Amino acid sequence: MSTKSTDTVDERIGSESLLSRLMKRPELGAIAGVILVTIFFLITADSAMFTLSGVLNFLTPSSQLAILAIGAAMLMIGGEFDLSIGSMVALAGLFFSVAVVNFGMPLFMAIPATLAFAAAVGSINGQIVVRTGLPSFIVTLAFLFILRGLSLVGLKLATGGSTQLRGVREAVEGDFLVPFFSGDAFPGFFAWLASIGWIETFKNGVPKVTGIPVEILWSIALVVLATYVLLRTPVGNWIFASGGDPEAASNSGVPVKKVKISLFMLTAACAALLAIIQVLDAGSTDARRGFQKEFEAIIAAVIGGCLLTGGYGSAIGAFFGSIIFGMVVIGLTYTDFDQDWFQVFLGGMLLLAVIFNNMIRKRVTGER
Amino acid sequence: MSDAIVHMENIEKRFGPVIALAGVSFDVSAGECHCLLGDNGAGKSTFIKTMSGVYKPSAGSILFEGKEMNFDSPRDSMEAGIATVYQDLAMIPLMSVTRNFWMGREPTKGKGLFKRFDIDRANEITMAEMQKMGINLRAPDQAVGTLSGGERQTVAIARAVYFGAKVLILDEPTSALGVRQTSNVLATVARVRNQGIGVVFITHNVRHALAVGDRFTVLNRGKTLGTATKGNITAEELQDLMAGGQEMATLEGSLGGTV
Ligand SMILES: Nc1ncnc2c1ncn2[C@@H]1O[C@H](COP(=O)(O)OP(=O)(O)OP(=O)(O)O)[C@@H](O)[C@H]1O
Ligand SMILES: [Mg+2]
Repeated sequence: MSTKSTDTVDERIGSESLLSRLMKRPELGAIAGVILVTIFFLITADSAMFTLSGVLNFLTPSSQLAILAIGAAMLMIGGEFDLSIGSMVALAGLFFSVAVVNFGMPLFMAIPATLAFAAAVGSINGQIVVRTGLPSFIVTLAFLFILRGLSLVGLKLATGGSTQLRGVREAVEGDFLVPFFSGDAFPGFFAWLASIGWIETFKNGVPKVTGIPVEILWSIALVVLATYVLLRTPVGNWIFASGGDPEAASNSGVPVKKVKISLFMLTAACAALLAIIQVLDAGSTDARRGFQKEFEAIIAAVIGGCLLTGGYGSAIGAFFGSIIFGMVVIGLTYTDFDQDWFQVFLGGMLLLAVIFNNMIRKRVTGER
Repeated sequence: MSDAIVHMENIEKRFGPVIALAGVSFDVSAGECHCLLGDNGAGKSTFIKTMSGVYKPSAGSILFEGKEMNFDSPRDSMEAGIATVYQDLAMIPLMSVTRNFWMGREPTKGKGLFKRFDIDRANEITMAEMQKMGINLRAPDQAVGTLSGGERQTVAIARAVYFGAKVLILDEPTSALGVRQTSNVLATVARVRNQGIGVVFITHNVRHALAVGDRFTVLNRGKTLGTATKGNITAEELQDLMAGGQEMATLEGSLGGTV
C-alpha cells in the first residue's frame, strides 16, 4: 500500500450525480408531488384554476395549513408529535377574541399575549413529555381533548352561553396592526399592475386580485426562517440530533430537553398565529376552529419528507406538502370529479409519501 | 495524587437493585494515560459515565482540579474540558459526519441574531481531523449511517481528541478498528498525552493498554482490584487480574496462550 494514500482522494468513489445528490434532500418527494398534482390539474381542471386569482385561491388555504405544518415539521424532526395543535387553534382564537372584544386590548398587546399564552400551553405539553418520558403521541392526544373542551367551556363563559364570539372586526377597527394579519398585502402594487394592464380587472377598473393574502406572506416568512434555523444554526443541528437519537445527542452536550420543550412552544405559537389570522379574517371565533388540523399538518409534514421516527425532514417539504393539500382540496372544485375523492387522494398521497420516505431513509443511513 | 485533574473518590452507583459500582476510586493526571481494564459487566462504562456527567453517582465525590464538582449533564463536564468517546459512540446515523462531529459544540460566525453555524469551517476541520486519523472521507456531508463501524469509531475518536481540552476518555475505542486505524489511535493517544492531556483509556486488550498506558487499574464486579504502574506488571499478570485469576490459568493451557 502506498504511504501517500492519506493525501489522495479515495479512488473508490465514483463522482456523485446531481440526481443522486438531489435524492438525498428530504423535500424532494414533496416538490415532485407538487409537480405531479399540477400536471394532473392542468389536464383535468378548468383553466381558471391556474389564473392569478385561481392560484391565490388555492394558495390561501395551503399557506394557512403551512403555518401549522412548518411548526409540526420542526417538532417531528425533533422527534415528537403534537396532536393538540388543532385544538390549540380554537383555544388561542378564543383567548385572542376575548382579549380584543371583552378586554378591549389593542392588537400590539393582544397578539403577543396570545402567542405567549399558546407557548405556555405548549411548554406544559413539552414538560410533561420530557419529564415523564411518555410518548408525545399519547400526551398530546390528551391535550387534544383538554384544549378543545376548554375552548367550548371558555366560549360559553365569555359569551354567556353562545357558541360564537362575535365583534372582533369592530373591536380592532383602525388598529395599525390589522393589515399585517388580515386581508391582502401590497394593494397599491396590484392596483398599479392593473393600471398598466398586467393583471385582469373588473369592468370598473378594480383589479380582480387586490393583493396577496397575508397568510401567504406569513407562511413564506416562516418557511424561510425555519429552514435557516434548521440548516444554518447550531440550534438546527440540536433539533436534528434530538430527534435522531436523544441519548446520543444528550451525551454529546445537546440540551435535548430544552430543545424539545422549545419546539412544543413553537408549534403551539404557530397554531396561535393561524388562529389570529383566521379570527381577524372571520371577525369572530367558535369552538370548532382548527378541527382536525393536527392531522392535516402532520400529513403535510410527512408528505414533506419528515420521518415519523424523527431526526429527518425539512420545513420546505412541509410547505410544499401543504401546497399539495390545498391544491387537491380546492382543485377538485375546478374539475368534474366528485369532491369527496379528496379523502381518497389524501390517503393515497400519505401512503406514497411514507413508502418513499422510508426508502430514502434506508438510502441515507445505508441500511439494506 | 495531588496534581490529578480528575479525582474520583469512592464512587458508588446503583441502578435500582443493581449495584454497578461499589466504591471505586480513580484519578488521572495531566500528561498521563490511565488504563481502566476489566471484564464485561465490570462497571467500566458506568464508571466513566459518572465522570462525564451522564450519571450522577449514588455516593462518592468527584474532584475536578481540586474542586468538588457536580456534573448535572454531559454538557457541564464538556465545558470543564472533558471529552468522551462512548462505547456506543453517541453518533446519529441520519446526520452527516460534520454535523455529528460538531454536535453540541457548533462553530459559529456572525453576531447576535445573525450568529450562524459556520458550515464551511466545520466541514474543513472535520475532513482534516479525519485525515489525521487515517480516514479519507468521501464527503463531509456523508451520513454517518453509511460509514463502516470502524470509520464511525474513528469519527467519534477524532471528535473527542479535537475537543478534549483537559481530559480525554476513551471507552473501548479500538474494538472495531483495523490494524492501521488501531495504530493510529494508539499513536494519537500517545500524542495527546504528551501534549499534557490526561487520558482515560478503557480496553479489553492488554497489549493495547501496555503500549500506551502509564498506570493500569483493574475493575471487577464494581470494585477496583488495584492499580499498577508501568513496568511493574506484565501482560500475563494483567490478563489474570482481569479474568479474576485462577480460571484464566486453566484456560490458558487449552488455548495455547492465544488470548
Ligand atoms: N442503565 C442501567 N440500568 C441497570 N443496570 C445497568 C445499567 N447500566 C449498566 N448496568 C449494569 O451495570 C453493570 C456494569 O455495566 P457496564 O456497562 O459499566 O460494564 P462494562 O465494564 O462497561 O462492560 P463491557 O466491557 O461489556 O463494556 C452491568 O451488570 C450492567 O448490567
Ligand atoms: Mg462498557
